[in-house]
Amino acid sequence: MKSVFIPFVVLTVGLLAFSTYQALFVAPTEQTMGEVQRIFYYHVPSAWTAGVCFFVNFLASVLYLWKRNAASDALAAASAEVGVMFCTVVLITGPIWARPVWGIWWTWDARLTTTLVLWLIYVSYLVLRRFSSGGQTQVLAAALAVFGFVDVPIVYMSIRWFRTQHPSPVMGGGENSGLDPAMLYVFFWNLLSFTCVGIVLMVIRYRLQMLEEKVEAAHVTAALQGGAR
Amino acid sequence: MTGTSDTFSPPVIVLKDLVKFFGRFGAIRGVSASFAPGRLYVVIGDNGAGKSTLLRIIAGLMEPSQGSLTLLGASKVRDVARSLGYMGHAPLLYDELSGMENLRYFAGLYGLHDEGVCQNAMQMVGLDPELSRRVAQYSQGMRQRLSLARAVLHDPELILLDEPFSNVDVHSAREMAALLGRMRDKGKTIFVVTHQAALMEDIADEFVHMTSGQIVAREALLPPRRTSVDSKAEKWL
Amino acid sequence: MSTFGMTGATLYKDLRMEWRSKDAINSMLFFALLVVVIFSFAFTPTAEESRHIVGGLVWVAFLFAAVVALNQTWARELRNQVLDAYRVSPAPANALFLAKALGNFLFVVVLEALMVPLFVVFYQLRSVGPVWQLLVVALLGTWALVVNGTFFAALSIRTRSREIMLPLILFPISIPALLGMVDATTSILTGEASPDFWIKMLAVYDVVFTSVCLLLFESVLNAE
Repeated sequence: MKSVFIPFVVLTVGLLAFSTYQALFVAPTEQTMGEVQRIFYYHVPSAWTAGVCFFVNFLASVLYLWKRNAASDALAAASAEVGVMFCTVVLITGPIWARPVWGIWWTWDARLTTTLVLWLIYVSYLVLRRFSSGGQTQVLAAALAVFGFVDVPIVYMSIRWFRTQHPSPVMGGGENSGLDPAMLYVFFWNLLSFTCVGIVLMVIRYRLQMLEEKVEAAHVTAALQGGAR
Repeated sequence: MTGTSDTFSPPVIVLKDLVKFFGRFGAIRGVSASFAPGRLYVVIGDNGAGKSTLLRIIAGLMEPSQGSLTLLGASKVRDVARSLGYMGHAPLLYDELSGMENLRYFAGLYGLHDEGVCQNAMQMVGLDPELSRRVAQYSQGMRQRLSLARAVLHDPELILLDEPFSNVDVHSAREMAALLGRMRDKGKTIFVVTHQAALMEDIADEFVHMTSGQIVAREALLPPRRTSVDSKAEKWL
Repeated sequence: MSTFGMTGATLYKDLRMEWRSKDAINSMLFFALLVVVIFSFAFTPTAEESRHIVGGLVWVAFLFAAVVALNQTWARELRNQVLDAYRVSPAPANALFLAKALGNFLFVVVLEALMVPLFVVFYQLRSVGPVWQLLVVALLGTWALVVNGTFFAALSIRTRSREIMLPLILFPISIPALLGMVDATTSILTGEASPDFWIKMLAVYDVVFTSVCLLLFESVLNAE
């Protein structure tokens, strides 16, 4: 697998460069919002990648609860961290976008609010991982991850409903606004490159976690052999 | 090192390459042993030798990091929980309830609803079932006796005791030790972790010595012991 | 004894212990009163306006009261390590969970029953919508908070800083339930909208998370 990874990283860097160039220079300027709209090419793909990461976290957590192996737990830890990172990007680019366009820093629209709640849930997951000790961490974190992920659709539906009752500006032009084909093209390149970046980061972080596991295991073996037998 | 195994009946506990690590600290560093039924084993060793950890693993409260454990023929301790009695280092009792109330609750967890069972257990350890005092107001000796009663309430085949005599007055300690001996005579298998080996000298079948997470010696006391019945102990029978 | 039987026995034991010591109850009652009074100082709207904000106030007050109660639940089992005695027995883990959750539920409902009249008095509340709907929302919402709260309290006792850990992991996941409770309560009080969606949503939330709790509790109980 290692031999595939390095070329993949190179490819990802290339993709990222390409898609960024596209987003900043090639994509047509939006009619009403102007240049600031280009942030959309970071905002939405980040949200998508965060979602992918959290989904991976859910699968890894369930797998851990079933098999109890170190690899599942490492993947869960890795995907949560990368997911939170992308989620943070969404939450920062959101206000940056909203301020010039709508004059407000924050709008409690369905998607942005869901992202905020998601961020809160997974940050709490990371805090739990940090604050629990020893062998329990993995089980407790995996349990919390299941709760968090199951909550996601409920969160989204609730906020959607809340918004229909109490409307406010929707970012990104609402549910059904179409995208100019040229913009769609750039958007998909960015979607692809961000997903690849997410995968690269997850793999690196996973490897780091597994290395830590190996170090611990080596200590254990050394201690076992060191004792009088 | 494997221990002696009784050729006439299957071992009640079989430990194979048991390992337990807390982070980098090896509490149990490779224990393989089998223990025959109907004996009273006394586990001794310094602090940090892994005695309590071993007991907790056998009781099913902790999973080993590596290795396997077979208890009464089952590979999962949960399956034989009904035949297991555990007395922890801490009292494992509710301070706000009386002795009988505690026992009634725990008996219920084992599916026992007969009031008589709880009363017998209390009398067996030398406590008065009529006592309505809350456990918080018990002396340490009384608390340890009640904890023992709770552990043996459901007539388990295997009884695990972690420091049952700690901070207990000599009189209570001797009576508890005698009681353990009599239970062993009835065919129960008993494991006692204690620092007070002297108390157990007369009734133990085997001393298991642990150091740094391993069993380093097993000292069987021959012939198999039977508790002498003296007049003082008689009244508790 | 069946799971229900053991749940009942554990619940009965807890209630009895609670009754005897009355520690938690007394301090909780006083805390609840304080919360209502402080909120009344902080937010002093007219009777008309109050109907719009009380939904939010009431549930935040309940949430804080509930968190203090939840932290206590498992504390009792950790004293003298008596939880070990349960774990060693053949009794099922879920019986313990349900007993704790039900105990917490009763406890928080009692608190709510005491806080509500205070809110009515301080805010001169009158409900435009039917009161029975408020009751349904209260029960569904309280169970939503309590079921997850009981589970997460069990999680957080195994961590450092356990008092802060509970609200930290409970609040984010409870956000949709809170949103539902607040909006439903406001809708009913003001009579301006139908709470039906929220009631259904809370019911779904309750079913989903009760199931998840029951599925995962045994693993969490035995993580050592």
